[in-house]
Amino acid sequence: MATGSNMPLLLLAILAKVGVVLLVLLTTIAYAVWLERKVVARIQSRWGPYLVGPHGLLQPVADALKIFFKEDIVPTEVDRVVYCLAPFLAFSLALLSISVIPFGESVTIGGATIHFQITDLNVGLLFVFAVTSLGVYGVALAGWSSNSKYSLLGGLRSSAQMISYELSLGLGVVGVVMLAGSLSLREIVEHQSGLWNVFVQPVGFLIYFTAAVAETNRVPFDLPEGESELVGGFHTEYSSFKFAMFFMAEYANIVTVSCLATLLFFGGWLGPVFGPPLLRALLPVFWFCLKVFCFLFLYIWIRGTLPRFRYDQLMAFGWKFLLPLGLLNVLVTSLVLAWRST
Amino acid sequence: MITVQADDLVRILPQAILAGFAILVMVFEPFLPAARKTLLGWFSLFGVVAAGAATIRTSFSPGLAFGNSISADRFSLFFICLFLLVAALTLLGSFHSLERENINHGEFYALLLMATVGMCFMAASTELIMIFLGLEISSLATYVLAGFKRQDALSNEASLKYFLLGSFATAFFLYGIAVVYGLTGTTNLLVLSAQLGRSGEFRPGAVFAWVALLLMFVGLAFKVSTVPFHVWTPDVYQGAPAPVTAFLSVGPKAAAFAVLLRIFLGAFASAGSGVFWVFWASAILTMCLGNLAALLQSNVKRLLAYSAIAHAGYVLVGIAAGRGEGTAPVLFYLTVYALMNVGAFLLVAHLAGTGERWTRIEDFTGLGYQRPAVAACLAAFMLSLAGFPTTAGFFAKFYIFRAAVHSGLIGLTIVAVLTSVVSVYYYFRLIVVMYMREGKAEAASASLPWALRVALAISVVGIFYLGLYPTDFLLLTNLAAVPLP
Amino acid sequence: MAPLFYIFAVLAILAALSVVLQRTPVYSALSLIVVLCSLAVVYLLLGAEFLAVIQVIIYAGAIMVLFVLVIMLLNARQETPSDRSRLARWLGAPLLLVFLGELLFAVWERFPAATTRAAALPDAGPRAVGALLFRSYVLPFEVTSILILVAVLGAVVLAKKRL
Repeated sequence: MATGSNMPLLLLAILAKVGVVLLVLLTTIAYAVWLERKVVARIQSRWGPYLVGPHGLLQPVADALKIFFKEDIVPTEVDRVVYCLAPFLAFSLALLSISVIPFGESVTIGGATIHFQITDLNVGLLFVFAVTSLGVYGVALAGWSSNSKYSLLGGLRSSAQMISYELSLGLGVVGVVMLAGSLSLREIVEHQSGLWNVFVQPVGFLIYFTAAVAETNRVPFDLPEGESELVGGFHTEYSSFKFAMFFMAEYANIVTVSCLATLLFFGGWLGPVFGPPLLRALLPVFWFCLKVFCFLFLYIWIRGTLPRFRYDQLMAFGWKFLLPLGLLNVLVTSLVLAWRST
Repeated sequence: MITVQADDLVRILPQAILAGFAILVMVFEPFLPAARKTLLGWFSLFGVVAAGAATIRTSFSPGLAFGNSISADRFSLFFICLFLLVAALTLLGSFHSLERENINHGEFYALLLMATVGMCFMAASTELIMIFLGLEISSLATYVLAGFKRQDALSNEASLKYFLLGSFATAFFLYGIAVVYGLTGTTNLLVLSAQLGRSGEFRPGAVFAWVALLLMFVGLAFKVSTVPFHVWTPDVYQGAPAPVTAFLSVGPKAAAFAVLLRIFLGAFASAGSGVFWVFWASAILTMCLGNLAALLQSNVKRLLAYSAIAHAGYVLVGIAAGRGEGTAPVLFYLTVYALMNVGAFLLVAHLAGTGERWTRIEDFTGLGYQRPAVAACLAAFMLSLAGFPTTAGFFAKFYIFRAAVHSGLIGLTIVAVLTSVVSVYYYFRLIVVMYMREGKAEAASASLPWALRVALAISVVGIFYLGLYPTDFLLLTNLAAVPLP
Repeated sequence: MAPLFYIFAVLAILAALSVVLQRTPVYSALSLIVVLCSLAVVYLLLGAEFLAVIQVIIYAGAIMVLFVLVIMLLNARQETPSDRSRLARWLGAPLLLVFLGELLFAVWERFPAATTRAAALPDAGPRAVGALLFRSYVLPFEVTSILILVAVLGAVVLAKKRL
């Protein structure tokens, strides 16, 4: 932390950092969509987007243009304030959690220390969970305010699902927190310099990853948008820009949980570092991005191959299997830790 | 920093045993067929007896536990015994009427035990946070118990009313605790009383202290249903299943009085005369309104509800008499009140018949000829509630009034005596209807199940024993009235 | 820090007023969430990061979600004001003012030198909070679990179709 000797410059640095991170994040989101279409197409023996740009690389741009110039339809019977608030809430909360994610080791260049992180909160992990837990509101309020039964049912389903799996999500990482003895994401990563947590906490990782897929409402847990029963889920009544915000929020959440999985279980930015100083500084960031990319790919792979759960199966799985397993994992981990410390 | 010692655990042994039994009841419940749920009741009764035995063990190692937040002194052990007695009587009286109402579920017994746990913690804690937790446990359990007849609209109404007003009251109490913490930086009554003892008055921030005390008083006043915080009482007592009403009218009330004693005559005893006037005024209001409103009732459960309000007024007189004089009579009164009120409500519960149909006073017409023994029991309870000599109710009131006179509260005593004269009228209405009117009592059908007989026998014998030989028990209450907190 | 404190303090008070004054239950619930989050920011400014985050997770993220869901399921739209309680209107507001005045006076009396200093807590991290919970307040902590058990039991009793 720099002491406030040069306040305006510091502020500028922070703003620049926020700008860069946002830009990277939004681009990632856009190309995650592209990647998804491409990979799913390959799995299904199709080509996917191919016309706009080489290999359809400009498709996200075209999509963005299309969606911004569509007519923004607000149905007459909606609760206008909440209806407009919900997508903003969903989107801004999805962006907020990225602010505590560290992308790489701190480097010192020319006397100035650069942290690859917007802010290092000492309870960073909990902050992400807090923001995620607020994310339910976007979905629930969108469903309610649309004043349509499909939206309401979709909203209720996804909020119930998110609340249920949030518990397992939290329990999955408790083991990691106990091992590192800290809630700071940076310290958790540094603690893994010997061995990645995924090898120490394999059960914890599986719980976390399963719950994360459910938390982001993705296949096979994407019941909120079961087309055949709910039309389109909580965002049935949304169109144009507001719809795009929900869409982007979903992908931003996927990026966040992938980042978190990387940090908590796969050693974050840790990896072989060599070469000249500049390469040394950038390699950790590269490793981090590579790992996150692998997770994004895994997500898409799952989406392309797995069928959807039934709703009661989903709830039973969450409460009767994942949650007890998480508790057991916490119990075993703490027992082992206690046994070791004596 | 504290580490938990064996002594700490011994000092909360009764509560721990009760909670353990409650959990076991919940564990066993799914494995029992619907017809055998009464077994769980007997099991709970065994738990209460075991907790009683644990209380004896605890009494051998009195003292503070868990960093001064629990005090296993004679005062708290007395109250724990009282709660266990109430729980045992309620259990004995509830088996049959639960079966009759078709609500004989294991959850009833678990909730009853949990409510008792909460009350025990209320009486035994010297830490406001613990008191609040105890209050909340007993409240939550009793909210649900009040609505245990789930198919019955009146019971649902009772539960909802009790829940809404009760949670409002606990919020008041909690706010009071928050202000106390803001004022002194502690929630421990021992620390508080040491601080106040040093500085005498509340300095600095006397106004703050007043706000805190009033808030806490209001919160507890709801629980003991003093006027003007009594409005929920008649509806809840009427709507709740009668065994629950028996428990409600005695248990949480006594627990809240224990807390009132500990806070106002203990920790904040040096808060000055203002507190005294609060008790004075609410005692007068409660006695007058409770007794006058009881005159107008035609439903026995409502009549007993207003009588319960009135009795809270008499206890308040005892508290107003102050720490030196009042505590022992209050303990005596609460015990006697528990015996006669639980007995009366259990009997009414039985006589009311399936679905509690016969609860009007007229329904008891001629009961004295058809069921002389039952009617005699009910009459004994009524006489004791009215405070007739040879019954315990007489001595209970007598000791309270004597303490009040000794403390120079002549005006308050006069009001108390006058209102208890008024109360004779409505208690006698029931006796007159039973014995002096011809007719066929609607309420006289079924014979008494023997568990209920045991409960009634304990109450009646208790009433007459304490009415004829009060000195031994009075000695006990004097012992229990240790300097608080 | 001071300007941030005032912004969120005022926001909390305004939102709290809005909780009471809104006629639509969902708006009241949302205002309450704003209150809770503003308080979390105040905790954050006091250096209690852990408490701030826990406040958001538990109150805003867990409890209020259930509130909002219940309100949504009941489909409670605008409530109709009841004219029954004259007493509340004529007695409530003055009593409220008296109480407010009393509190303000008390605060003023207790803290005459009204300096807003950020009384940084000695240590409010997870370690310190944990030590407090499991050492000094271990009994209340354990008894709270009884309380929650009773609440669960009560919910089952009241809501389950067949006991």
